[in-house]
Amino acid sequence: MAHKTINIKLKVWRQKDAKSKGAFETYELKNISVDSSFLEMLDVLNEKLVSENKEPIAYDHDCREGICGMCSLFINGRAHGPDDLITTCQLHMRKFSDGETIVIEPWRVGSFPVIKDLMVDRTAYEKIMQAGGFVSVSTGGVPDANAIPIPKEDADEAMDAAACIGCGACVATCKNSSAMLFVAAKVSQLALLPQGKVEASRRAKNMIAKMDELGFGNCSNTGACEMECPKGISLAHIARLNREFLTANIKS
Amino acid sequence: MTKLDSKVPKGKLKDKWSNYKAHQNLVNPANKRKIDVIVVGTGLAGGAAAASLAEMGFKVKAFCYQDSPRRAHSIAAQGGINAAKNYPNDGDTIYRLFYDTIKGGDYRSREANVYRLAEVSNAIIDQAVAQGVPFAREYSGYLDNRSFGGALVSRTFYARGQTGQQLLLGAYSALSRQIGLGNVEMHNRTELMDIVIVDGKARGIVTRNLITGEIKSHFGHAVVLATGGYGNVFYLSTNAMGSNGSAVWKAYKRGAFFANPAFVQIHPTCIPRHGEFQSKLTLMSESLRNDGRIWVPKKKEDAEAIRAGKMRPEDIPDEDRDFYLERRYPAFGNLVPRDVASRAAKERTDNGFGIEKNESGEGVYLDFKYAIERLGKDVIEARYGNLFQMYEKITDENPYETPMRIYPTIHYTMGGLWVDYELQSTIPGLFVTGEANFSDHGANRLGASALMQGLADGYFVLPYTIQNYLAYEITNPRKNPAELEEFKKAEEGVKSQINRLMSVKGNKSADYYHRELGKILWDKVGMARNEKGLKEAIEEIKALRKEFWENLHIPGNTNTVNPELEKANRVADFLELGELMAYDALSRNESCGGHFREEYATEEGEAMRRDDEYMYVAAWEYKGDDKEPELHKEPLEYEEIEVKTRNYKTA
Repeated sequence: MAHKTINIKLKVWRQKDAKSKGAFETYELKNISVDSSFLEMLDVLNEKLVSENKEPIAYDHDCREGICGMCSLFINGRAHGPDDLITTCQLHMRKFSDGETIVIEPWRVGSFPVIKDLMVDRTAYEKIMQAGGFVSVSTGGVPDANAIPIPKEDADEAMDAAACIGCGACVATCKNSSAMLFVAAKVSQLALLPQGKVEASRRAKNMIAKMDELGFGNCSNTGACEMECPKGISLAHIARLNREFLTANIKS
Repeated sequence: MTKLDSKVPKGKLKDKWSNYKAHQNLVNPANKRKIDVIVVGTGLAGGAAAASLAEMGFKVKAFCYQDSPRRAHSIAAQGGINAAKNYPNDGDTIYRLFYDTIKGGDYRSREANVYRLAEVSNAIIDQAVAQGVPFAREYSGYLDNRSFGGALVSRTFYARGQTGQQLLLGAYSALSRQIGLGNVEMHNRTELMDIVIVDGKARGIVTRNLITGEIKSHFGHAVVLATGGYGNVFYLSTNAMGSNGSAVWKAYKRGAFFANPAFVQIHPTCIPRHGEFQSKLTLMSESLRNDGRIWVPKKKEDAEAIRAGKMRPEDIPDEDRDFYLERRYPAFGNLVPRDVASRAAKERTDNGFGIEKNESGEGVYLDFKYAIERLGKDVIEARYGNLFQMYEKITDENPYETPMRIYPTIHYTMGGLWVDYELQSTIPGLFVTGEANFSDHGANRLGASALMQGLADGYFVLPYTIQNYLAYEITNPRKNPAELEEFKKAEEGVKSQINRLMSVKGNKSADYYHRELGKILWDKVGMARNEKGLKEAIEEIKALRKEFWENLHIPGNTNTVNPELEKANRVADFLELGELMAYDALSRNESCGGHFREEYATEEGEAMRRDDEYMYVAAWEYKGDDKEPELHKEPLEYEEIEVKTRNYKTA
């Protein structure tokens, strides 16, 4: 069966390395199957560039099934492109029309510097997690998994928050480059569960302090992050984070 | 004459692990600080091991090629993790989990390792809950379970369709804590290039920084490889794009034996391929087979009409649908193990009943109509909502209204580096965990057992067994690799390999060779194999490898981000590994689990094992680039289990 195809024009951000100045370059592609994914379209472009002895476009990607959080493209002004609740790798070409110009940029966030072309450095997220994104439990010596019943509603809500893939779309979308949704997702998940509740306030305080130190902005409650989150993480978790943070400040 | 010593402890099967732990050597706290352990890979097996070893007091250096340990491909496991908790009171026991795993693996795994796996399974669930892993729960607040293939009990714990993600984030949180405390030195975006042997022992690794291109040596008193499987050798698989076999392959070339390389798992439920530029295949979780029914049209003309786009599956009445798994395997039905389900799909498709609208016709239906009628759409949405959404995003079809189209594809590799009971390879000081080793799944892995094995190895097995080795290392002081000749030599070797790749200056990309290799392997070393095809595959791979080294093209340079160089490095290894797989498949003149030799099938088309001659682990030794590898056999002895022909037709 013949697949439907489209012709497109791409404006792609090219930047040699962190220190160099970048610029857009324009490419044209013909006969792209609408059933191919956005990244497969970029593969076709890269294969073409390699055959012309030009450097292919560097971009982060790995699992290509929407869960690893590696892919991180800003497409036509939206994190992960023109569809809801997906990562870049889940975006398909059927979302674009024949003859369309597609603009591709990296995340534009001071705390996530560009490494090359469309790749950014998200080490700042690692540091926030290391500051408190865990339950301080070591391997072994824990009670039976069913020793503490957890209300289904709490477990479900914790799971909603835990679905975060750490891609950075929320920060890239926020006009203040705030990492509040990312931090809130982890703080909220663990605060909802009895195992994590014990150190919930301390966790909130440490993670927020690290977030501030790394230059992420403040939250001004516009809700843009929630709109672009590929996993639909709710703004309500930020409210829970604020509660834990407040408790921590009162206690100290 | 075999050189293999599996080091299985003496005593009764159920006492072996307790006895081992009671008598093994340990390292005291003051000495642990002086010991460096290198862990390569940060998925479930590596992340859990790195965190646990650091908690114990060892100094750990961990490495991953991704930008964060949280992105290892364990994250993509959907369905769940097995444990013998027997919370549903349906008769599960440690013995039953052990038995199902041995049987599921078609009696080609080591009894003592599998028993230990079942034994520690329950502790994994306890540990994950303590870390804040939000497993699915009942309204009572207690943990929920579901069923997976190859079992008659519900022993699978799950976190929606994202169990791998949640378990990995649990291990990652433990690892992050240790990084923050300074006990783990984490190297992101760093790839292993070689393993360094000093005086016969693994003493460290050479890596390449994927951002700067820097080649660097790292010293360790022991090296742990937790680098996952080599399924990407087929190009198209459910693996991540970066998943590769290079670490295990370098180890093999340094003297570690490679066990059962031909044992690969083909997962029955993946979204069929759509076109030439397809880069990977997406799995639809095995959990879907709890409620979905698999079928193809009974009448060939219906299948033809569907392929031609003249008919829709909804137009076919129930009586004209062939629920072939329920027909052939009444006891297990749609929940037969993966190898059985995959072969059955191939059988129907080969006979002209496939439904996919392309030349191959390779596809069958997974239908939720019946479950929706029985349980309501809401229940199905609660169970599988995210998977249905994922399916719709990829195919633009709504699985609540029309059946899913699925077909088998490469998913997991049971084969891997040979390890003994202590998870130590044939190189002293080189340990291998998770999918990278061969140990627990025999010729076929059961669903929801990969997460179990990765975490069992990482949390509860390796952190003990490695000490039995490290106890003898406490008198060896930490060394500066720059002062050791072996490291210098290894670094030079790595640099010259990179230069060799860069200087081919041909005109085809690494992806081109990877795709070609994948085609050879899928056609001749895939779901069905035969002597003629395997011999052809060996010759074709040799020819392709030769062409690769004459005509490869890598643009850019070596001291910056260069994805083409990364791919070329990995493909160069796959081009050798693929050949070893064909050798192994050729030498095993029987069918077992995922290894199906067409010459060895029953009249009904079921796998025919030949226990009299092939009840062994095939461990291959590298003998040089131009020489044939040497086969060593570890005989498999079953003391507790009566070896039978696998039967999923009757309980």
